[in-house]
Amino acid sequence: MSDIKKIKNEFLHKLNADLNIESINQIKSELFGKKGKISNSFKNLGSLPTEERKKFASDLNFVKDELQEKINKKIQELEIKEINSKLENEKVDVTLPERNIVQGKIHPVSQVIDEISCIFSEIGFSVEEGPDVENEHYNFTALNTPDNHPARDMHDTFYLNDKKELLLRTHTSPVQVRTMLKGKPPFKIIAPGRTYRSDSDQTHAPMFHQVEGLHIDKYINMGHLKGCLNYFIKSFFEVDKIKMRFRPSHFPFTEPSAEVDIGYELKDGKIVIGEGDKWLEILGCGMVHPNVLKNVKINPDKYQGYAFGIGIDRLAMLKYGINDLRAFFETDYRWLNHFGFDPLDVPSNYRGLSR
Amino acid sequence: MKFTIGWLKEHLDTKLKDNQIIEKLTDVGLEVESYEKVSSDLDNFKVAKIINAEQHPNADKLKVCDVDIGEQNTVKVVCGATNAKKDLLTVYAGPGSVIPKNNMKLTVSKIRGVTSYGMLCSESELNLSDESDGITELKSNKYYDKVGKNFFKNNTEKVIDLSITPNRPDCLGVRGVARDLAAAGVGKLKNVSNIKIKNSGPQKIKVSITKDKNQGCTIFGSCLIKDVTNKESPKWLKDKIISLGQKPISAIVDITNYVMLDLNRPLHAYDSDKIDKEIIVRNSEKGETFEALDKKEYKLDNDMCVISDKSGVLGLGGIIGGTRSGTEFNTKNILLESAYFLPRSIRKTSKLLNIDTDAKFRFERGIDPQSIEIGLDKAAQLITKICGGKVSKFDVQSIRNVKKNKINFKISLFEKIVGFKIKDKEVIKILIDLGFEVSKKKSELQLTIPTWRPDITQPIDIVEEIVRIKGFNNIEILEPQKNKIKDTLNKQQKLFHFLQRSVASKGYFETVTWSFTDSKLNNLFKENYKEIKIVNPISSDLDVLRNSIFPNLAFYLKKNLDRGFKDISLFEIGPIFKDSKPGEQLTLIGGIKSGKISRLNWNEENRSVDVFDAKKDTIQTLVEAGYDRHNLFIREKSPSYYHPGKSGSVYLDKDDIDPVAYFGEIHPNIIKKLDIKTEALVGFEIYLDYLKDSKLKLKDSKSKFQFSDYQKSDRDFAFVVDKKFKAQDLIEIISSIDQSLIKSVKIFDVYEGENIPKDKKSIALNVTIQSSEKTLEESDLEKINKLIISTVEIKSGAKIRS
Repeated sequence: MSDIKKIKNEFLHKLNADLNIESINQIKSELFGKKGKISNSFKNLGSLPTEERKKFASDLNFVKDELQEKINKKIQELEIKEINSKLENEKVDVTLPERNIVQGKIHPVSQVIDEISCIFSEIGFSVEEGPDVENEHYNFTALNTPDNHPARDMHDTFYLNDKKELLLRTHTSPVQVRTMLKGKPPFKIIAPGRTYRSDSDQTHAPMFHQVEGLHIDKYINMGHLKGCLNYFIKSFFEVDKIKMRFRPSHFPFTEPSAEVDIGYELKDGKIVIGEGDKWLEILGCGMVHPNVLKNVKINPDKYQGYAFGIGIDRLAMLKYGINDLRAFFETDYRWLNHFGFDPLDVPSNYRGLSR
Repeated sequence: MKFTIGWLKEHLDTKLKDNQIIEKLTDVGLEVESYEKVSSDLDNFKVAKIINAEQHPNADKLKVCDVDIGEQNTVKVVCGATNAKKDLLTVYAGPGSVIPKNNMKLTVSKIRGVTSYGMLCSESELNLSDESDGITELKSNKYYDKVGKNFFKNNTEKVIDLSITPNRPDCLGVRGVARDLAAAGVGKLKNVSNIKIKNSGPQKIKVSITKDKNQGCTIFGSCLIKDVTNKESPKWLKDKIISLGQKPISAIVDITNYVMLDLNRPLHAYDSDKIDKEIIVRNSEKGETFEALDKKEYKLDNDMCVISDKSGVLGLGGIIGGTRSGTEFNTKNILLESAYFLPRSIRKTSKLLNIDTDAKFRFERGIDPQSIEIGLDKAAQLITKICGGKVSKFDVQSIRNVKKNKINFKISLFEKIVGFKIKDKEVIKILIDLGFEVSKKKSELQLTIPTWRPDITQPIDIVEEIVRIKGFNNIEILEPQKNKIKDTLNKQQKLFHFLQRSVASKGYFETVTWSFTDSKLNNLFKENYKEIKIVNPISSDLDVLRNSIFPNLAFYLKKNLDRGFKDISLFEIGPIFKDSKPGEQLTLIGGIKSGKISRLNWNEENRSVDVFDAKKDTIQTLVEAGYDRHNLFIREKSPSYYHPGKSGSVYLDKDDIDPVAYFGEIHPNIIKKLDIKTEALVGFEIYLDYLKDSKLKLKDSKSKFQFSDYQKSDRDFAFVVDKKFKAQDLIEIISSIDQSLIKSVKIFDVYEGENIPKDKKSIALNVTIQSSEKTLEESDLEKINKLIISTVEIKSGAKIRS
């Protein structure tokens, strides 16, 4: 047996024993230290005849690698063992509560406004806004509701001066007027926002939210109006089928005018939109009255279109099963927490309106 | 507008079932609010069972009965009947019932010391028989399962209640409703009877309409009916009046009401003996007064249309009559008025005097000016039939002829607006059925509008008439067109939605509160804004538009604290008002936070919220919205409702004049005034309007990605500076020494106290230095160190702490 083999066997044997890190280091230096056995063997390489040298060197390298690897492995094992034994003492009770979570909430009205905007965005509508304080011209007169028109009584208006010129808008329709005055047709807008009427009981709040819709172009007729609302209601309630009924009604700023009912049924005390034989009124609409178009300097012989107004709070109540309108505005922390939405739940067409 | 199917059928021949008629009403735009029986006084009489009958403690002839009336608890009734005994089925009348025999109204009463709730009735008391001996005995085999049920069947007809839109005065009368239904194919409108009343002799009371400017009356028709006997109305008339929820008064009044409800033709009956000589329809003079039938005294202004006689005002034309000339049961001779008043005049007067009557409601919407004589005729016929009397000839004074309006209607407009086509023949039929006179010229119709339709003035109104009668269900659903004219949201709107969710993501609950508030609260936060009063507030504590979001937030915060919540974060995004004109408003985010951070947490130390929480939420929100933290600049200036020493304002740039946000602790005086009980209260406000135009689109604002791989070095410094010296300035001084080398400056300690002079503080900073060109050598670092120290010392008067 050559010396190399001997060294190899001897040290492999040594390394197989149960060793601590010091003894391994000891072995390491016995082999690879300055005067280590392997190191010495390399030094002797030069004294060998050329023909033997090559083979010897190759054998030696082989043994060296093998021992080196064995040592490394041994060290690694020891280290892992050491860490493991340390971890034994580092156990915590992971069932203890995590650090405080803060979760904010988005108000259902805001969430529903986002949902509505998302739906109408899909069919090309853009969002317009108008001031909460209006003058009677934009709120009434320009909308074909002149002073002394009985329809003014249908709105319990908050006034800001005795002359009744300044008021809180009673509907979002003045945004129609403002939008058409500042631009040129076609118009395709929705206008969500706060509206005010001096009316307060279980089903009426002095402030509520509406979304106005307006589409004016050359050939927009009531069929388009029906199509738009049919699309909106289906999308909003996230159902495939709805029953929708147009009922003739009257608004001074549209002609013909209609109120729209949707079919529903009660299931376990909850309103289910879509099927069913009960009707629920959800919005008012119609073809924009030629007088309104004339008031904003648009030629009603050339352009026509539809407008609608929907109660946002009511939509939110129907979709999310909220019973009490007043609660929307009472800032009860429990209510906000329950009916509020996570801020990351942004309605969008590709992720869906709601989870 | 209320009526019964039976009444409707007086005008309409129809074979349809009631529910089909109801459905059709809604289809043509006459919305049915309800269709139900009017509750009757007799509903109070219940089948009842005596559970127990005991001797009254204080009266030999009375018994105290426990009576089962089908409710959860039995009621105690004191009864004198000898036949009242256990298990007897009888008729019970609760408190409030009116006993048919003697019209006595029952109340809860004590009878000899025992409280009796209602009464057990005899057959005679119920007008069933003359049997007055003992209470009614009901056969148990018929009534055993009826306990609690109504004893009397409600025989009244179901009443239809329509909600009539303001454009349809014609449908405020049953005949108008019948006409619409007939046009929609429900049946045939019956002809009005051609039998005219036999009237003779002149109407002897002179009537004149003055030619005042803005005269509100254009036609005044009248007739005298002499020698009438006013009395209670006959049953059929009473029933009609009652079924509509109104009270019968006397035959004459009931008849005028009936004609009004039937034909939408308001009438007024005067006691002609109380009229001083003649009737003058004129404008009032300021200061004139009269007592109206509502028993109120009205003081008139100039130019209100009054019906007067030689002595003064008798009534307000078309609005309300006066007591001086009202009819009573002993009235012998009456003058019946049937007039036309202009809607505008009616509306103006009733608004000024704040009177709302049925007649006003109708005249304001427009009465058929051609219904003067029809109304007189119908009422006079009924009056002579019921009350007797002789009718004079009709006298009609008029200062303006009734003009029938005409419209030329292009039939093609219909399809253009509603999107589907119907035959010309059908169009013509619908219009004729609705009362139009139609003549066709090629593709155009010349229409004469019926006088009862003041709402129809132009071709688009004709389109509505045709489509509503034809049916809205014929309109086709067209797929929405998806073409977009403009971006869905503009920049400012995007910012709104972004900030809203950004603030919420920091643990705030979004709330929506009124745009108005209590002036007392508002005053604490209004600063220099003008108070904007609401003329007619919903309540005295919601009397002004809000000048700040805080009054409402503080109010509701307190409510939630009172509910037991402690650590509350609330925010609202919405308008505040600077002044009372359209557009003088700002969009704001207001947030408040109360209590503690990490309350009751096992591994985090709790602490009260403070100014730096508010600052963090403000700054982080702005940074998330894309504003560079390095450009944001803080000043101490803040509104007076913040703690003067623990609040600040944020500017997008050092040189900006308007702050974009405020943050800080709320002023302790305000917390005290509002009696808010919390450990700490902070708040912030972000002004969306001032954030305008400060942002590029992301695609334009992303600059080239540059970074350095050379080694970074950190150096710590501690400077002793004046207490008043601002940390922000110190950071700014250091950062601007060499922007290519100094990558960040972080303050990791601020110390005041021992070893530091009283008016000084020590600020410890960590500065990161890195070059983008090379690895800095010790000498380079030493050089920049020295430069930092010397620059800070020179610019701030600070001393490096050794």
